[in-house]
Amino acid sequence: MPEPTITLNVSRYRPPDERVPTSQVYTIPYRPDWVVLDALNYIKDQVDGSLSFRWSCRMGVCGSCGMMINGEAKLTCSVFLRDYHPREILVEPLENFPVIKDLVIDMSDFLDKLKIVKPWIIRETEKPTSEGEYLQTPEEMDAYMGFSACINCLLCYAACPIFGVETDFIGPAALALGYRYNQDSRDEGSNMRWNVINDHHGTWQCTFVGECSVVCPKDVDPAAAIQRLKVDTAKHWIRSVLLPWGKRA
Amino acid sequence: MIRPDKSLLYYPRMPATWWLRKWSYFLFIVREFSSLFIAAYLVLFLVQLYQLGNGAAAYSTFTNSLKSPGWIVFHAVVLVFAVYHSVTWFYTTSIVIPLRIGGKEIPRAAFTAINIAAWIAVSAVVFGLYLLQ
Amino acid sequence: MPTSVTHDILIIGGGGAGLRAAIAAAEHSAKLSIGIVSKVYPMRSHTVSAEGGAAGVMRDNDSLDQHAKDTIFGADFLADQDAVEILVNEAPGELIQIEHWGCPWSRDPDGRISVRSFGGMSVDRTVYAADKTGFHMLHTLFQTSLKYESIHRYDECFVTSILADDGKARGVTFINMYSGQVQLITAKAVIICTGGCGRIFPFTTNASIKSGDGMALAYRSGVPLKDMEFVQYHPTGMPGTGILITEASRGEGGWLVNKDGYRYLQDYGLGPPTDTPVHRKMELGPRDILSRCHMQEFQKGRTFEGPYGHYVHLDLRHIGEAVIDSKLPFVRELSRNYLGIDPVYEPIPVRPVVHYMMGGIHTDADGKTPMDGLFAAGETACVSVNGANRLGSNSLTELLVFGARAGRAAAQYAEQEPAGPSQPLDALAGDEQRRLEQQYFRKEGGKVRISEIRDAMQHAMEEGVGVYRNEEDLLKTCQTLRDLRHRFSDIRIEDKTDIFNTERTTVLELDYMLDLAEAIANSALQRKESRGSHTRTDYPDRDDENFLKHTMVLRTPEGPKIEYAPVTITRWQPEERKY
Repeated sequence: MPEPTITLNVSRYRPPDERVPTSQVYTIPYRPDWVVLDALNYIKDQVDGSLSFRWSCRMGVCGSCGMMINGEAKLTCSVFLRDYHPREILVEPLENFPVIKDLVIDMSDFLDKLKIVKPWIIRETEKPTSEGEYLQTPEEMDAYMGFSACINCLLCYAACPIFGVETDFIGPAALALGYRYNQDSRDEGSNMRWNVINDHHGTWQCTFVGECSVVCPKDVDPAAAIQRLKVDTAKHWIRSVLLPWGKRA
Repeated sequence: MIRPDKSLLYYPRMPATWWLRKWSYFLFIVREFSSLFIAAYLVLFLVQLYQLGNGAAAYSTFTNSLKSPGWIVFHAVVLVFAVYHSVTWFYTTSIVIPLRIGGKEIPRAAFTAINIAAWIAVSAVVFGLYLLQ
Repeated sequence: MPTSVTHDILIIGGGGAGLRAAIAAAEHSAKLSIGIVSKVYPMRSHTVSAEGGAAGVMRDNDSLDQHAKDTIFGADFLADQDAVEILVNEAPGELIQIEHWGCPWSRDPDGRISVRSFGGMSVDRTVYAADKTGFHMLHTLFQTSLKYESIHRYDECFVTSILADDGKARGVTFINMYSGQVQLITAKAVIICTGGCGRIFPFTTNASIKSGDGMALAYRSGVPLKDMEFVQYHPTGMPGTGILITEASRGEGGWLVNKDGYRYLQDYGLGPPTDTPVHRKMELGPRDILSRCHMQEFQKGRTFEGPYGHYVHLDLRHIGEAVIDSKLPFVRELSRNYLGIDPVYEPIPVRPVVHYMMGGIHTDADGKTPMDGLFAAGETACVSVNGANRLGSNSLTELLVFGARAGRAAAQYAEQEPAGPSQPLDALAGDEQRRLEQQYFRKEGGKVRISEIRDAMQHAMEEGVGVYRNEEDLLKTCQTLRDLRHRFSDIRIEDKTDIFNTERTTVLELDYMLDLAEAIANSALQRKESRGSHTRTDYPDRDDENFLKHTMVLRTPEGPKIEYAPVTITRWQPEERKY
């Protein structure tokens, strides 16, 4: 019996000589327990060493290997060939991002957005470590824990048509991270995040398509974070207009 | 930070038909589109209020003109979009306001269902009052 | 970016240790300019995969001495006891510090940080964030690092050499992945934080990036690597992929059973079996011993046989869904995704897989290497606090404590060091570019596939330097590695483009790994005793008389040269290691 095979149709882009993406078809042995990433590694190791893609942990936590698989944003380490076989698998770089090479996207813009939401604990006074931890009950943790699970894989950006049209939109992952710190009982810095979150490119640019939460491999639910931020920013604005003397929202 | 040379990047363009590629995108566009119908109904409603101010005769002429098949079709279409928009609204509400009972967040579907049930109940009361009139 | 930039401190690697070092240096003085050069974005670093927790004395029922004793005992007395005391003394402060920075440690109902039990620890002292501890630590450190304007990152830049000037480390050359050009960063001090080299082995929990780059860079700069023969096998990795199932699953009460459904660890002096976990007993024994027990079960024919070899079962069913979901959610997620198994209802197949390098770049407790201006911290370094076997949950603590210490020590060093003449160094970027192009990138006619040599190396390492070792196999492995080094010169690179050429970096990683594989195999060959993770069937006993000392391996044109250095013993005299 001939060995079963599977076909991958992979997007290639090789600047400076090639200035538009092309696609290349690879037919390789089919193994039901392989994920798409295994197939890409098989191609790189045995068929075509020039294929470029990012990967690292192969266990769905480093966030490197996001790509479009048959048009859906996926972590390639977490989707199995058996879910597609015997159909062909279309592998493309994450949508809505500029492409550097083959399946490698430029995510430097996301790193800038991550920084502007100030994703760190801001406090008016720091407690010395010698005085121990900031107490935080499990219920207080629940308020932000789900939003702290983001692995920065950018699938949510690839699934967001708003970001596709307007790349200046801060976007799901970065806004969710801002919300995560706002919700943390240890943090006192939400006032310093409002101007960014309330910005034209902040929460209000989101028209709630909701796909970010659908594709999120870690159930972070950025769509919920953004909608709640809208309510919070609205409350903050009302307070700042009605109570200009109020110190904190 | 070291960045790639922008002139060597490939910038993909989103096709105008992006909203046809996924069912969820399509539903999103329909939801956004439904606002137009609701807005159109609101305009009609304002006209109706204006006619009410013009006296009973004018108002009666106006309401009679709404009985034409065209206006009935218009109302039916608006009703469909309004119902769809309202359902999405209640679903969104369940996301925006996490409802906690005994420290546990209740499932969003349940919260949406409660909202919709309340909405139907209120609608029924309004309809009942109309019938009693 | 111009061809060269300069910083006071340059850190290679943006994982837990590298970020902690950067923050420590930034907090030491705002005047210092700090660079982090990493071949991946920081949040991709392998710290992200650590699951179980970080150890530190947090409760009144515990003591620093007890933590030190457990660590030294676990290390089979090869740890430097002064360094271990520093580790345990500074651990609680570091764990609190990262909590202040936002790390979401799991909490008790009263709001205090929770602790759980871990292998080889005599008290509950492992702080955790569910079973994604490394993930939360790494992202907390990364996000916190963003607030320091003095920290400058060079992401996706692959370091190819450490620049030396007058015997001092003065910077690095690296490939800018976006252009393919070799560039240069000069610095007064360089800190290597590049993690371990588990990818030398075929079955490993380690991510693909863990090719020991920093160890090889130091080794090539004439710095000795210490105790490289001590390779930790984690007893519970998934067969095939090697994906880690955290030790916390046993800390929460999981059982290891063989194909007869029998908790076999009781046959190896770890009993008696109890329903609820007892510290240091049964499934909470240390990793080296548990991995050996597995191999013996295999030899007795009492393991399961699958497509990826032998395995046993990790049974969590009796723990119940509530505990699994609250404390081990990632274990459930991984088992479901990768094995199609729900641990609430079925046991998980597991086998020993390479997990951690106890050895590494020789440093003192401030991360200083013998080369002036060169520091190292984290898994890439060997202080040594882990000796012959690391206890689970000590490594996340180690990267915090010694990352911070290295950052501060490098900062002090950089403050005293006059700015060097960077002019003569500028030419070196061009030299390095030519070297790499001639040796690899523009070479025509290579015949050997990268994967062919890598697979052969991994196979040889498993054969000779696995859980059990002997002279004959080790000699064979050393010979195979020499042959592979020879064949490596005939390597084929298909991708001739410059932009994001991952084939080039894969070759350079293989180059690094071949150096390290030789260092590991030769160190193991020379250590004629069994201690901790290093088990010689031909020398089954520990030999304190001849081998209570650190192996130091140096790179020479003739191959690895082995020397030894004394172990620091302070208050804990070597005794028989029995659990």
